Amino acid sequence: MKKFLSGNEAFAEGIRLARPQVISAYPITPQTIVVERLSEMVEDGSLKAEYVHVESEHSAMSCAIGASAAGARAFTATSSQGLLYMAECLYYAAGGRFPIVMMNADRSTALPWNIYGDQRDSLSQLDSGWIQAYAENAQEALDLALMSYRIAEDKRVSTPYMANLDGFILTHTYETVDIPDSEQADRFLPPYETDNRIDFENPKNMAFSAGPDTNSIFKYKEHKGILAAKEVISETEKDFAEIFGREYTGLIENYRTDDAEYVIVTLGSIAGLCRETADRLRESGVKAGVVRIRYMRPFPNEEIAEVLSNVKSYAVLEKDISFGNEGAVFTNVNSALKKAGVSVKGYNYIGGLGGQNISASDIEKIYSDIVNGTDDVNFIGIGDEENGK
Amino acid sequence: MRPYLREKKSFSFDEVPENTSFEAGYLVTANSGWRSIRPVVSSEKCVGCEQCYLYCPDGVISIKEGKALIDYDFCKGCGICAKICRIGAIEMEAERK
Repeated sequence: MKKFLSGNEAFAEGIRLARPQVISAYPITPQTIVVERLSEMVEDGSLKAEYVHVESEHSAMSCAIGASAAGARAFTATSSQGLLYMAECLYYAAGGRFPIVMMNADRSTALPWNIYGDQRDSLSQLDSGWIQAYAENAQEALDLALMSYRIAEDKRVSTPYMANLDGFILTHTYETVDIPDSEQADRFLPPYETDNRIDFENPKNMAFSAGPDTNSIFKYKEHKGILAAKEVISETEKDFAEIFGREYTGLIENYRTDDAEYVIVTLGSIAGLCRETADRLRESGVKAGVVRIRYMRPFPNEEIAEVLSNVKSYAVLEKDISFGNEGAVFTNVNSALKKAGVSVKGYNYIGGLGGQNISASDIEKIYSDIVNGTDDVNFIGIGDEENGK
Repeated sequence: MRPYLREKKSFSFDEVPENTSFEAGYLVTANSGWRSIRPVVSSEKCVGCEQCYLYCPDGVISIKEGKALIDYDFCKGCGICAKICRIGAIEMEAERK
């Protein structure tokens, strides 16, 4: 069935099809609508779940951990300050290997206070042990919602999953979305079964401490679990394509990269405009390409190194800055190339902070900059004559 | 069955669980080192009413042969059992170390 939906609404539809048994959430702009829609579905009976009204994001994640520890499929959603407030619990969820799914509406963090989209909230949590996916459009958001539980709950993975949607640009804009029927969804996603739960027949200590003698073994196993997601994502997308007819490309998505000389590596909704710009530049003879990172964790080290190994230069365009260094995505991309022994000059473009518009001419300028050479780290809109600087 | 102090052993890589759940009550370290006062049950006065058992926040009290029995490996010395005992069968005494 096709419907005209916002990113938030599309994600809520995907979650409805995934049949979570417990939803705990606290509203925050621009995430609010996803949890509003889910509460309506619980109210009208189209989703049979326990909907828990909590007093904060810290409690929302704590509740999801408790639900998962009881063997339930759990969902929550947040954004920005809410994500930071629940940060302590993100590590508990990952370390406890509870396959919770969370939607995060990517939004700026204070100060200055700002409710609009950038990716500084989720990218600050790369080390929390969560799988991190970045959607480009509402259809992908719905599909990620459905695939997320299959990936997170796989026994090889057992890792929580954060699906990120650009605040407002994705969460609040409408597009036509295909909603699968529930029979198809049930065929794709079996009910959650786990031994990592409270069990009266077989009593366990849950979420315990581990001293210096075993702690690194637990952390190593956690690391192996999230790395295993790479293979599971690929298998899941294959099954997804067979049942629903939509294909996805794993950790990254390449566009016109086969013969590309200049490539923008980016993530989230801005990738579409990058592809359009690349098409236009191709008409004037610039061999432009685009790599869209779909998963920041597990990170696509080999895939990035392979696609960038023959380019002349690349730019990483991201809505993030790790103050005192550069954008976190740039750091990760450069590390992938270094490990693979690929020596290509790369440049970092920081843009879209606090909802700043990134225009087609900004992207065109990135391509022309990296053809000619520029500073290592560049802020879009700063130092530009057009901005009167 | 109540938890008891196990002999400490080192776990091999494969014995370390994949997640943070393990056999309930698997305790390898006594946890009472900072206790400054300890509850002492008078077996003459105790009637085995189980109020202390219900209120103990650490779950270290059990009833044996009709009397309260305290597991000093895990008792923190908070004194709630002495406070809740209506017949005054539990006294808090200074730890002598």
